[in-house]
Amino acid sequence: MTVEPNWHTFFFLLFAGLACAFAVAVVITSNIVRMALYLIMSLGATSGLFFLAGADFVGAMQLLIYVGGTLVLLIFGVMLTAQGPFISMKTSGGDWIVAFLLSGCLLALLIPAAFSVPDWRGRGASRADASAADLVQHDTATRLGMGLLGARVDRLEERPEHLKGGMSGYLLPFEIVSVHLLVVLIGAAYLARTKRRASNARQLG
Amino acid sequence: MNLLAEPVGVSHFMVVGAIMFVSGVVCMAAKRNALGVLMGIELVLNGANVNFVAMSSDFLYREGGHSLGLDGQLIALFVIVLAAAEAAVALAITLNFYNNHATVDVDRADELKG
Repeated sequence: MTVEPNWHTFFFLLFAGLACAFAVAVVITSNIVRMALYLIMSLGATSGLFFLAGADFVGAMQLLIYVGGTLVLLIFGVMLTAQGPFISMKTSGGDWIVAFLLSGCLLALLIPAAFSVPDWRGRGASRADASAADLVQHDTATRLGMGLLGARVDRLEERPEHLKGGMSGYLLPFEIVSVHLLVVLIGAAYLARTKRRASNARQLG
Repeated sequence: MNLLAEPVGVSHFMVVGAIMFVSGVVCMAAKRNALGVLMGIELVLNGANVNFVAMSSDFLYREGGHSLGLDGQLIALFVIVLAAAEAAVALAITLNFYNNHATVDVDRADELKG
């Protein structure tokens, strides 16, 4: 008699294995172009994990902003600087030994900590059907957008009466992040500018 | 088959987050290429994001456990946006360094050494 596989667990193991394997591959390889490719695969698999956790909007944003934006930026950096000796820069053996010792200690600390909280062990399969009614999946895009605008539609009852008016939303961080992005874009454009005139002046002088 | 029938909880997601975080830390510490260090930072931020999203999910807790709700997903969105900003600035600094010194080796960036 075969046990019906839990498909959520199956896809979790698939995406988790991909994400972890490519993350480790980023560390192990010394070729910068391959590192960029493995990073793309790892972050794409991470977006699959987000979808499995019920965060559809965050998973889509992971694909759009991270894989489609940030990593394209990184690949442009790789293409602009990957010349001759910079494509493959080997790390010395002593550095690897220290790094793997440190990472082993950190993993030995983090993984038992992850399994030490009983509430985090997952929903039992036998009781999943009984409580399936209160686990209706709402799409999160609308609720996230309202939260960014300052209205938390998911916890309208919990808010104390005198705080009604959007105090528990994320409007102020949203505005700060938007101004921060503008400043960062101006700063990046200023920093990455070619300073040909200064070097020419130095050569002439 | 036993592994496949077992339900997935927050712990399993946190193990994935821990492995990505540690990979990123090793990447930041051991790589000599400045862009490799940047990729390590991206891995660290993603490991943290996996934890935030897992703790905000209603499906991954045992009965009666309380999730973070939407807060975790909102913080994950902010992390994604700030990571994009950080990558832009760090890449601009790296390109500037490459233009001035004709190298991307972080060990050669020792002009401020006393």
